[in-house]
Amino acid sequence: MTETFYEVLRRQGITRRSFLKFCSLTATSLGLGSAAAPRIAHALENKPRTPVIWLHGLECTCCSESFIRSAHPLTKDVVLSMLSLDYDDTLMAAAGHQAEAIIEEVKKKYKGNYIVAVEGNPPLNEDGMFCIHGGRPFVEVLKETCADAKAIISWGACASYGCVQAAKPNPTRATPVHKVISGKPIINVPGCPPIAEVMTGVVTYMLTFDRIPELDRQGRPKMFYGQRIHDKCYRRGHFDAGQFAEAWDDEGSRKGYCLYKMGCKGPTTYNACSSMRWNGGVSWPVQSGHGCIGCSEEGFWDKGSFYDRVTDIKAFGVEANADTIGKAAAGTVGAAIAAHAAVSALARARNSNSHGQPEKQEEN
Amino acid sequence: MLSQQDMLEAERHGKQVRSIYVYEAPVRLWHWINALAMVVLAVTGYFIGKPLPTMPGEASDNFLMGYIRFAHFAAAYIFAVGLLGRVYWAFVGNHHAKQIFRLPITNAQWWSEVFFELRWYLFLEKTPKKYVGHNPMAQLMMFFFFTILAVGMVFTGFALYSEGAGLGSWQDSLFGWVIPALGGSMQVHNLHRLGMWIMMTFVLVHVYAAIREDIMSRQSLISTMISGWRMFKD
Repeated sequence: MTETFYEVLRRQGITRRSFLKFCSLTATSLGLGSAAAPRIAHALENKPRTPVIWLHGLECTCCSESFIRSAHPLTKDVVLSMLSLDYDDTLMAAAGHQAEAIIEEVKKKYKGNYIVAVEGNPPLNEDGMFCIHGGRPFVEVLKETCADAKAIISWGACASYGCVQAAKPNPTRATPVHKVISGKPIINVPGCPPIAEVMTGVVTYMLTFDRIPELDRQGRPKMFYGQRIHDKCYRRGHFDAGQFAEAWDDEGSRKGYCLYKMGCKGPTTYNACSSMRWNGGVSWPVQSGHGCIGCSEEGFWDKGSFYDRVTDIKAFGVEANADTIGKAAAGTVGAAIAAHAAVSALARARNSNSHGQPEKQEEN
Repeated sequence: MLSQQDMLEAERHGKQVRSIYVYEAPVRLWHWINALAMVVLAVTGYFIGKPLPTMPGEASDNFLMGYIRFAHFAAAYIFAVGLLGRVYWAFVGNHHAKQIFRLPITNAQWWSEVFFELRWYLFLEKTPKKYVGHNPMAQLMMFFFFTILAVGMVFTGFALYSEGAGLGSWQDSLFGWVIPALGGSMQVHNLHRLGMWIMMTFVLVHVYAAIREDIMSRQSLISTMISGWRMFKD
């Protein structure tokens, strides 16, 4: 039988005290309150570890890089032991046919009871030949592996939305996981990469409560993606006051004013950066003086400049922002009105000159 | 059909009474409140997207963006509630109150009058026709550039507002779906702003046409929206 998490931890020399500290920490970081700590401990002591197959499609591995840097060393160890990470071609020692055989084994042994974590996405053009996994198109491997899964986690902007490889014109037709796989619960954890603690938090939630977290309309866990960066930003006070950095080296920039005018995408981005921050809470983009680029939003590469708030709209082969279009339209119409008014006045003057009483003519 | 009936009515009454009651009090009241709300919305909306120069002093001494956004949201509620009230009045008011919500697109006569009006505006007709309510061309413009656009602005506006109001708020339940449907928050912001520009361009046309028709056509326009009575000049 598969070991429980607690057994694994004890085997690795982690004390019960450290284990309980981890449970409290996890409960707090999930926003569940102290009452949930014993429940997490109970779950970890009693549940067999859920096997996870971690697949890599068209991606850059930044999700893995983020994941393995989960804040505290202890937490990192625990997370890597918590999951029964049976397959991850980036991290595992095995390679070749032996490695691929593990997927088949997990599929048979834990049918309907394993999680597939997908990093990256399948490209569909040329029958999926732009991404080859073990000699076969990745899309085939993905479909087969997901067929018997309990749930699927789409790590990062790639798996959730497509990210840079799906940016226009998307030559390989890179497609988000949820548009390829249907009939399975899919959790989107967008970001480029997602925050390490968000990733471990989602996994911890699923293992503890044996269900997927509550999702929003776009399939993202509400607990991490329920609010915008802007809603929890420590510079929000400067936004409401109307205090903005207007250049990268101005007084406002030095004073830590709001980066809205520098194109910060915080007001249009759902993520936990402003509350959880990065690298164990050391800092995050806005704190280091650069606006959010909106990496956890759908199609963020195609939403115009990172340094403007009013960005370009691409439609009908034109690319211009609302202000450019609006000012051009208002200007053109304004000029047309002026011309029309002039012609109207002229016509009226000429009419009354030649006919005297123009309205009388039409009486019949 | 409607316009033809209007025409006959106008011709018949024009000679006798020379004025007809068109816009009932709630329509007139709505028109001017709505106009004011739109001015506030456009100005504050512009500065929400492109804020004013930075404020000096402590953050705690200033609340400029807060006030601008408050004015925008307050005016938006007035605009939205006004629009709802106006829809209600389309049901209970006189038949002129229905004009901006319903186009008689199956009526060939109406279409021919749309083109007549187009020719009038292109100086190809010497004498305008008389209408009690909107002329067919104006009705067409009102329908697309006000009614449809206003509904679009309310939907995108409340969708954006729901982002601040939060998941589970009534704004989110009713309008939150608009954001993923239109391709994300940034896209909705941009489209909402583009909508503002289209609306303001329409306002230019609307105000110009009203003034021009008041001068050049055979009936009153501007005073009608104040008193409710359409005066005929011949």
